[in-house]
Amino acid sequence: MHRTGALFGQFETLEQQKDTASLGMWIFLVTEVMFFGGIMLAYTINRHTYFHAFAMGSKTLSLTLGGTNTVVLLASSFTMAMGVWSAQVGKKKLLPVFLTLTIVLGFVFFGIKYVEYAQKFHHHLVPGRNFDITYCVNNPTRCEDMSAEEIKAERVELEEAQAADPDLNAHAQLYYSAYFGMTGLHALHMIIGAGLLFWLLGQSLKGRFSPEWNTPVDLVGLYWHFVDIVWIYLFPLLYLIDRHN
Amino acid sequence: MSTVSTTMGEPALKLPEKHYLNASYGIRSWLLTTDHKRIALLYLASVTFFFFIGGFFAMMIRLHLLTPSGYLLSADTYNRMFTMHGVAMIFFFLIPSIPAVLGNFLIPLMIGAKDLAFPKINLLSWYIYIIGGCFTLYSMVSGGLDTGWTFYTPLSTVYSNSAVAPAVVGIFITGFSSILTGLNFLVTVHTMRAPGMTWFRLPLFVWAHYATSVVMILGTPVVAITLALAAMERLFGLGFFNPAMGGDPILFQHLFWFYSHPAVYIMILPSMGVISELIPTFARKKLFGYHFVAAASLAIAVIGFLVWTHHMFLTGQSTYAALAFSFLTFLVAIPSAVKVFNWTATLFGGSISFDTPMLYAFGFLGLFLIGGLTGLFLGCLGVDMHVHDTYFVVAHFHYIMVGGAVMGYLGGLHFWWPKITGRMYPEWLARIAALVLFVGFNLTFFPQFVLGYLGMPRRYHVYPPEFQVYNVMSTAGASILAVGYLLPMIYLTWAAFYGRVAGNNPWPATGLEWTTASPPPTENFEVTPVVTWEAYDFHNRPELGLDVPGTPSGVVAPAHGHD
Repeated sequence: MHRTGALFGQFETLEQQKDTASLGMWIFLVTEVMFFGGIMLAYTINRHTYFHAFAMGSKTLSLTLGGTNTVVLLASSFTMAMGVWSAQVGKKKLLPVFLTLTIVLGFVFFGIKYVEYAQKFHHHLVPGRNFDITYCVNNPTRCEDMSAEEIKAERVELEEAQAADPDLNAHAQLYYSAYFGMTGLHALHMIIGAGLLFWLLGQSLKGRFSPEWNTPVDLVGLYWHFVDIVWIYLFPLLYLIDRHN
Repeated sequence: MSTVSTTMGEPALKLPEKHYLNASYGIRSWLLTTDHKRIALLYLASVTFFFFIGGFFAMMIRLHLLTPSGYLLSADTYNRMFTMHGVAMIFFFLIPSIPAVLGNFLIPLMIGAKDLAFPKINLLSWYIYIIGGCFTLYSMVSGGLDTGWTFYTPLSTVYSNSAVAPAVVGIFITGFSSILTGLNFLVTVHTMRAPGMTWFRLPLFVWAHYATSVVMILGTPVVAITLALAAMERLFGLGFFNPAMGGDPILFQHLFWFYSHPAVYIMILPSMGVISELIPTFARKKLFGYHFVAAASLAIAVIGFLVWTHHMFLTGQSTYAALAFSFLTFLVAIPSAVKVFNWTATLFGGSISFDTPMLYAFGFLGLFLIGGLTGLFLGCLGVDMHVHDTYFVVAHFHYIMVGGAVMGYLGGLHFWWPKITGRMYPEWLARIAALVLFVGFNLTFFPQFVLGYLGMPRRYHVYPPEFQVYNVMSTAGASILAVGYLLPMIYLTWAAFYGRVAGNNPWPATGLEWTTASPPPTENFEVTPVVTWEAYDFHNRPELGLDVPGTPSGVVAPAHGHD
């Protein structure tokens, strides 16, 4: 049995089938909002309680990498939207192109995320026994990817934060719990999305989608945009705390 | 005289030639089925399995508490017993029981659809349940679990030496089965109703499941992320709930109860839906105040989300928060009471028959009333100080969950058993079992109200000698209760194969599910039904063969021919 827009047995009309699928996807996205809502609540409360540690943690992230990833994801949302449009107007040649572009941008995101995660492991910024927010300041030679000015600036920030919060190291771990928890969950959703995009690509190369039937493209599009929107929230929440000076 | 009578001279009823049970054979036809009716039976077998696992742990608890010093188990083992009892019963029996078994089977039939909106997702949800169940069973056999079913941190994340991680992962996974079931029901009710089945012609069972599904999709993801964070904290050292890192255990409690209080309504709302079907059928009368009962289901679902900190009155939260949540807790009693009053009002002037499902409905009414009212005691700040974490609480929630939810589940199983299997259960045996259950239940749990009031804390493996008489009563009751559960399991299984053939509509009842064959064909209806009547309308349904058209509402013919 393959899915070329045939009517499934439980439905009376194609229109009913499409409405049903689309309602199902929207309800699924509601559950996703609640899912991310739980961890965002944990983030909010801890940021409120340990603001200095969260601001310090945020300053150890790279704005360049995070900002680039934001642009990459926004671009992938655009290519996805173009893909949905191609499917709707029946541009069968264009659809695989846009799906491929979306996948490529998704993988660029993963690549940059990998660089960021590796850096955090390297800098002893992963919650656990070896967590040390002062590691790079105290061992500048071990953090060769940071310039002397960066280390110097971080030392000043660190001293201010330590003055404001004597238990900075413990509380900075909470920031990094939030960082890895939230970006990790987001990345997991991206991986699932990438899998779905590969499946769509295969189907589109077989010419399965038409203006009459393109529900899967539509639904995966919704999902992909949702995952992007989550990042639109994560970027300021994690990268932009107290960055005004 | 109803259609089931097999008096001499009438032709004996026969099962339909082709139905969903004999449409195909073999293990593959069950494990790969997308038929909602078969998936319901898969769920029936799985939740029954977990029910008896949970029941075994309960028996261990009650046997141990027979003497004040506790003669059977070590303190550590006792902790594991009550924890695993709670985990098995709540996450693997009560939450899926009515929705995934009866709801799955009946919602498409009741709204005149061929299946749920997403049959494959329905099957997927069963597999997810089974995978989650396997993780949890693994935790049970690999050292057990001793944190209490609530998994409070930092006990569960830092200090406990038991198999917490696999259990948490199992419950996390099973949550998605619940989410998918809720999603499927919501979409089905929105898009799959037959012509003429307007929103206000839906049976109240469907309304109750609609409200339940809202709770499932809004609440379950929150407990999923909470348990995921707790698991990551235990496995990888994240720190949100760990006071040593400045994290907040109370935050875990807030997040946990944000789901787990509404989860109580996942358990009780479907049961209320069953009762709303049973009472009109066996009082042979239109349900009093249909719109109010439907709205009450939604109101319970909404207000149910706003009461969670009443589990945390003694955690040192602000007095004003406690006052607000106490008030909201009282508020949620109003829609529940609306339902109880409307069911009772339906009985007034009805033609009541005492078939087994109705006995369960009566049991539900009485026990839910006690359970609900003692809930108000607990929602009252001053009283809660006194009885918090005592057996009073244990008795209260067992009156709701066993006296309410399980009574409704069993009543529903009996009521729809002729539809599910095409065969009747043995009526008198079933009535006796219902009575045994009722007596056993009250003997088990009523003494616990007294114990709690006198100050016996819950979850302790020993107690002062003066409490022994109540504990002996409770343990004796539990033994009777066990018989009461074994009986239906045995005779319902027997009846599925050897019971008297029931016919399409043995009671008779008014729902759309009774207009098709018993057991129904795979596609549910030969032709898509067109609904022209209101719910529970006995008067404009000449095809039911009741001698009531034109009878003014009030006393009508008795429900059951052979009574």
